[in-house]
Amino acid sequence: MAAGATYTPIATSSPSGLTSVTFSSIPSTYTDLILVFSGALSANDGISLRLNSTYTNNNSITSLAGNGTSAASGRGTNIYSIYLYDYVSPGTTVSNIQAHVMNYSNTTTYKTILIRDNSTNSYTEASVGLWRDTSAVNQLIFYTGGATFSAGSTVTLYGIAAA
Amino acid sequence: MSPIPGIIASQITGHLSTNSFESIQTVTVGSGGQSSISFSSIPSTYKHLQFRMSLKGTVASAALLVQYSGDTASNYNDHYLEANGSTVVAGYDATAAMIIYGTMAPTAATNVFSGGVLDVLDYTNSNKYKTSRTLSGYDANGSGTIDFDSGLWRSTSSISSALFYPTSGNFAQYSQISLYGIKG
Repeated sequence: MAAGATYTPIATSSPSGLTSVTFSSIPSTYTDLILVFSGALSANDGISLRLNSTYTNNNSITSLAGNGTSAASGRGTNIYSIYLYDYVSPGTTVSNIQAHVMNYSNTTTYKTILIRDNSTNSYTEASVGLWRDTSAVNQLIFYTGGATFSAGSTVTLYGIAAA
Repeated sequence: MSPIPGIIASQITGHLSTNSFESIQTVTVGSGGQSSISFSSIPSTYKHLQFRMSLKGTVASAALLVQYSGDTASNYNDHYLEANGSTVVAGYDATAAMIIYGTMAPTAATNVFSGGVLDVLDYTNSNKYKTSRTLSGYDANGSGTIDFDSGLWRSTSSISSALFYPTSGNFAQYSQISLYGIKG
């Protein structure tokens, strides 16, 4: 068995005051991508993810969330973007997201995205999204609905290469 | 929601390697499918293992199973929390002959593969049983599941191999499982 170091930081951003972060020209040399967000927003809002520069309402998501009292499941179909927060809005609460874009550079399959997100005073959630395009992914757009990222917010993209 | 131009971040940092997360082996299923995926002679030089999976079955519905170190006896347990877009189900499997880790994408879901990340903790420690956890799921624009699972292999032996197989049917072509080692 060959072993090689991986889980490589590709890029990181501190987007205070901005509404989106774009990771472009993502190298195709990894197997999976992991996007990690830690931070907050200027107001209650959602955060979404788009893959590549063109998109249609072909996409979908299934989620499971708990709010300290009950658990619930939801689904979005024929949507334009993958909702990284789709249960409640994170607002000014410090929150975190980890999104795994599996097998992102293959051109045979649609792209499955595993998501874990938490709003630290209101809920925890897991979701699976489907980006219904077989194109290789070379760009990620991470964006809000209009609220800005608060000071201290960070977004980092990692690549994991399989042996 | 429309993206508002923000920041182009892809060239902000260099490509820094942490050197503590290493790729060990990948198995990709070829044409015709495959009944199981196995990893043998797993090195004992890491602290934890991670399996990263993109899977599709050849039948309408199949879950993923795993056995460690060739143990086929009833030495496994698991708990799960699964949701399908409307219903949340929790359950467990006690004294089982394998651990069940979520549902694979069905054959009818064209171009859809489930994703999964399985962490096996402290896999060489001879003082305790072996615990694991997964996040897995698939979505097919109107169907699909998201799963949390925990697993227990009631053995103090080191994990030296892992055998993955579906509850029915085979792994479809392009299914893939990659093994990584995490240093401690």
